[in-house]
Amino acid sequence: MKKKFQVKIEKNKCKGCGLCIAYCPVKHLVFPKDLNKKGRKYAQVNKENKCIGCGACFLICPDAAVKIYEEK
Amino acid sequence: MKIIYDLPKSLKKVPAHYCPGCGHGIVHRLVAQVVDELNLGKKIIGVAPVGCAVLAYDYWNFDVSEAAHGRALAVATGIKRCLPDNFVFTYQGDGDLASIGLAETIHTANRGENITCVFINNACYGMTGGQMAPTTLLGQKTATTPKGRESEKKEGWPLQISDIIAGLKGVSFVARSSVSNPARVKQTYGYIKQAFGKQIDKKGFSLVEVLSPCPTIWQKTPYKAGRWVEEKMSKVFPLGIIKK
Ligand SMILES: Cc1ncc(C[n+]2csc(CCOP(=O)(O)OP(=O)(O)O)c2C)c(N)n1
Ligand code: SF4
Repeated sequence: MKKKFQVKIEKNKCKGCGLCIAYCPVKHLVFPKDLNKKGRKYAQVNKENKCIGCGACFLICPDAAVKIYEEK
Repeated sequence: MKIIYDLPKSLKKVPAHYCPGCGHGIVHRLVAQVVDELNLGKKIIGVAPVGCAVLAYDYWNFDVSEAAHGRALAVATGIKRCLPDNFVFTYQGDGDLASIGLAETIHTANRGENITCVFINNACYGMTGGQMAPTTLLGQKTATTPKGRESEKKEGWPLQISDIIAGLKGVSFVARSSVSNPARVKQTYGYIKQAFGKQIDKKGFSLVEVLSPCPTIWQKTPYKAGRWVEEKMSKVFPLGIIKK
């Protein structure tokens, strides 16, 4: 069975640098239209989950806002 | 659900003050990850610099001392000599390590102190508003080189401080990496771990230089700042292990 992954981004820790969006190979991450509590753009997952669990977003995030889970 | 990429315990769960896209945050996480992995939590003492990383002690869950500008390695020497069984490392910027603290840096390395140094090279003074650092590239515009850095009879050439340190006898390990893309972040993690390993094995001074984007001062988007590290900076400061 194909493995499934879930990326979780802490909305209010994100500063909207966009690095995770730039480096995600399956374009799973996007900027929603609204802003977070700090008034910044923030990255979130899009609806269609094609995540392959590569960890690129986790590795490049300068603000330790990303965690990745594997679905059982 | 099982977590496969989790944040290290040695990193506090607080937001950091760094600008969006700044490399400091990535390196803080990597250091914390290595500390967790090598189980150094109770033994480690860090020394924070003056520069943008001056508040590093607010982000790590272990003991960190502060040093005056450039003096991190002198303070670390004192700590290590008094507490030789503790693990001691410094975290310093290029202005801190290669400019005001050059004497402390060279002599600590030359004495072969059993200390590890994590050196963040962002080719500028970030905290004070983007003046030229010794590591600024030729042609790079800064607040003090508004027409770009010129070499002869003016500001000299970018200082290859890691290569100079690698030439000293007391030094066990020197490597240069970057945090400009996920693969390089992994590489940097590996180097920091190797450098920490040298101190555990009592091999003498070890240093990891990390080329780190400073989007604010470079006036680039975080992504373009990373590209600039890859296309320009790593040509002047080649990546890889310099001494092992
Ligand atoms: C003795 C002393 N001189 C000058 C300063 C001003 N100062 C603060 S940070 C800094 C430069 C730091 O640059 P760098 O080490 O490259 O770190 P970055 O901010 O780029 O991370 C300077 C000159 C100071 N705090 N103390
Ligand atoms: S000025 Fe540069 S080094 Fe300092 S926090 Fe901002 S991006 Fe980072």
